[in-house]
Amino acid sequence: MGFYVVQFLTGLASAASLFLVASGLTIIFGVTRVVNFAHGSFYMLGAFIAYSLVKTLPLGPTGFWVGVVLAALAVGVIGVVMEVTILRRIYQAPELFQLVATFGVVMVAKDAALLFWGPEDRLGPRAPGLNKAIELFGSRVPEYDLVVIALGFVVLGLLWLLFNRTRWGAVVRAATQDREMLSALGINQKLLFTAVFFLGSVLAGLGGALQLPRASVSHQMDLSIIATVFVVVVLGGMGSIPGAFLAAVIISELSAFGILIFPKITLVLMFLVMVVVLVARPFGILGKPVPDVGEPVQSDETLTRLPSALGWAGYVAVVALLLAIPMLLSEFYLVLWTQVFIFALFAASLHFIMGGGGMVSFGHAAYFGLGGYGCAMLLVRAGLPMEATLLLAPVVAAAGAALFGYFCVRLSGVYMAMLSLAFAQIVWSVVFQWSDVTGGEDGVNRVWPSPWAKDRVVFYYLTLTLAAVGIFTLWRLLFAPFGYTLRAGRDSPMRAESIGIDIRFHRWLAFIISGAAAGVAGSLLALAKGFVGPTWVDIPRSIDALMMVLIGGVQTLVGPILGALTFVILEDRLSAFDYWRSAFGLIIILICVLMPKGIVGSGRALIGRLGLGGGGER
Amino acid sequence: MLEVQGLHTHYGRAEILADVSFAVGAGEVVALLGRNGAGKSTTLKSIMRLVRPTKGEVTFLGERISRLDPYQICRRGLGYVPEDRRIFTDLTVVENLEVARQAPRAGAPLWTLERLFHLFPNLAERRHRSARAMSGGEQQMLTVARTLMGNPRAILLDEPSEGLAPVIVEQMARAVQELKAEGVTIVLSEQNLHFAAVVADRAIIIEKGRIRYTGTMRAALADETVRATYLMV
Ligand SMILES: Nc1ncnc2c1ncn2[C@@H]1O[C@H](COP(=O)(O)OP(=O)(O)OP(=O)(O)O)[C@@H](O)[C@H]1O
Ligand SMILES: [Mg+2]
Repeated sequence: MGFYVVQFLTGLASAASLFLVASGLTIIFGVTRVVNFAHGSFYMLGAFIAYSLVKTLPLGPTGFWVGVVLAALAVGVIGVVMEVTILRRIYQAPELFQLVATFGVVMVAKDAALLFWGPEDRLGPRAPGLNKAIELFGSRVPEYDLVVIALGFVVLGLLWLLFNRTRWGAVVRAATQDREMLSALGINQKLLFTAVFFLGSVLAGLGGALQLPRASVSHQMDLSIIATVFVVVVLGGMGSIPGAFLAAVIISELSAFGILIFPKITLVLMFLVMVVVLVARPFGILGKPVPDVGEPVQSDETLTRLPSALGWAGYVAVVALLLAIPMLLSEFYLVLWTQVFIFALFAASLHFIMGGGGMVSFGHAAYFGLGGYGCAMLLVRAGLPMEATLLLAPVVAAAGAALFGYFCVRLSGVYMAMLSLAFAQIVWSVVFQWSDVTGGEDGVNRVWPSPWAKDRVVFYYLTLTLAAVGIFTLWRLLFAPFGYTLRAGRDSPMRAESIGIDIRFHRWLAFIISGAAAGVAGSLLALAKGFVGPTWVDIPRSIDALMMVLIGGVQTLVGPILGALTFVILEDRLSAFDYWRSAFGLIIILICVLMPKGIVGSGRALIGRLGLGGGGER
Repeated sequence: MLEVQGLHTHYGRAEILADVSFAVGAGEVVALLGRNGAGKSTTLKSIMRLVRPTKGEVTFLGERISRLDPYQICRRGLGYVPEDRRIFTDLTVVENLEVARQAPRAGAPLWTLERLFHLFPNLAERRHRSARAMSGGEQQMLTVARTLMGNPRAILLDEPSEGLAPVIVEQMARAVQELKAEGVTIVLSEQNLHFAAVVADRAIIIEKGRIRYTGTMRAALADETVRATYLMV
């Protein structure tokens, strides 16, 4: 009995701090529609800042609470700075640009934390006067946990009062519904957004700061919480505070008790619940349909035609040049270019469903990783030859895409993106926890190509061939009847349905094809590196793919390829520096702010403005 | 009071407004008439800058407002009532009104909740109910009342009679007349000639995004060719 009560209370304490963070994110999303990846970083910064403040403030026992509050406010200010300097410039751009920009902030924040607090984890002080445990039914509960639970309820109550009993709260609720109307009624949207970012970030910071006595402060806090917080927000219904509370309790209790029953699959459990709920209730437990604020892709200028004869001639020339590279460049560049091809294929596979089908996946690393692990398993564990694994690994990825896609294509917009993220996290959890088979954290080594393909030059040609064939196949499909159907479904689903097209089936098929292509890319990288590891399936890898597509320009065919090229080369150039991550993040942010149409789109716009376009294309 | 000069507006590549110009004097009620898709709503939205005109100037009370944001235009005392109502269904009636509250304004009537409930008695009974649960007519009253909470000196009223039962249309007409009596300048877009005839002083007829006629409401109604060419539905 006592044991279960304690377990329940521990779960509730986790729920309370999870709720603080999630409520901030849900408020921000509800009003601004920004999927703020940096929210997890704000949580981490809250903990680090509180750590320093509590240690240095000469206030005695009250110093702890003052430090916590000041840390939360400081994080609020950081949120405001991000909103004003970055997001404000790109609210007009497609939503995904904001997401990518916030991911740039994640990278910068990570380096900032390293710079200021060093690489070690920090163990925070106990809360003064609350460092004992209370006896309950013969078991012991930390006093501090009870305080955190109480604070969770207090914040829930305060937020309820704020949103239901004040004019500002009514304005915020109105803004989740119709921002434009609100501006015609005299409400300054800019100020409102900034205020909302402040409030949301304060809550993230508070959540982080309150963790101080419960767990050590680490550099992994940001991404480890963001996935959970996304689950909570989506599960509760995006924009719903009570929903976030309910979902935080469900998720936390699930892992508190799940660990007793299924210790092996605790990580998977949470995502499974999310999948089940979203399939039954596509907008979460207490959510409402999100008013659509523009598709991720502008349909009028998207992928209207295949390249002309001249265009094809250009591609042939490029391929010819690539064929000549081994004769021109050193081995080092061969390895680099091999990676460019692999990531170009990966990006093109995501672009296939985004540009063609209007489907956004936040979890495309799942299929890349399934390809990579499929290859490694078949080659190393099953002892198959490389040729067979290269055929079978994409089948593994396609099978995963078929299973996950079956559910994903039932949703749309952010919810679909979040569901795909959840599936990717399931794959990640399995890979991470099932260490007997997958090698867990260490991954699988010695994934070598067959002897004939071991030579760098041969492998270069092998990759080039497979990537080129893959990319051209995807392009071809986009302009086959299949692709037209897909786009008809993207642009006017009602009409397409009414003339008897089964959109869902087409979308599902596209998802599977895309997964297979990502699987080819994954298995090639496994062979190129001789290794696969869990980071291959992790969130940053999925975001990488999104960045490549968006940086290049989602409205064009070559965009993703140029995006991959830019990305791989940037990463290679920068990784020599200590703080390469923040440099990379800053460049990503700059690209988002300065080129909201991607490299190709903005390049075209520039050519158009300079009058060099020669007409024709617009 | 309000001058519109050479307004051009595009949706994508389609030109929706071409060189729309007109002026409205203080205290006037002007009806913007025209068929479905003529560009009435687009004109009002362009003035409010809810859509960005490609060319043209708008001045309000002698100040150029065609570079401002919608919220700034509203704060200058120009209210806007959209055609599709756009009330906040997650909020109660009172909350809908409170959200739009602005400070009292010199030269404009001051609206309080009580005065608005007097103007639209139906709203008073439902003040703490969710706006979602209201009939179309009540929602229409709420949008007008909501805009009045900003104490505007002039309002742009987009098809206030659209889809309403005759009794409610009559109530709406009385409300517009009361506003007029308070000295509020009104530009209203209408397809219901009857409604326009009751409340408007002047008529501006728009077709395919161009102004085709301006004159007094009486003259427009009397002119057989105008009626036959532009107003017959
Ligand atoms: N968001 C939009 N995108 C593209 N075209 C639009 C959009 N809104 C309106 N239009 C087009 O602009 C034209 C003018 O529309 P507008 O709404 O101004 O007409 P209206 O006179 O208000 O008509 P109604 O009496 O039906 O309300 C129409 O042809 C319409 O199809
Ligand atoms: Mg209209």
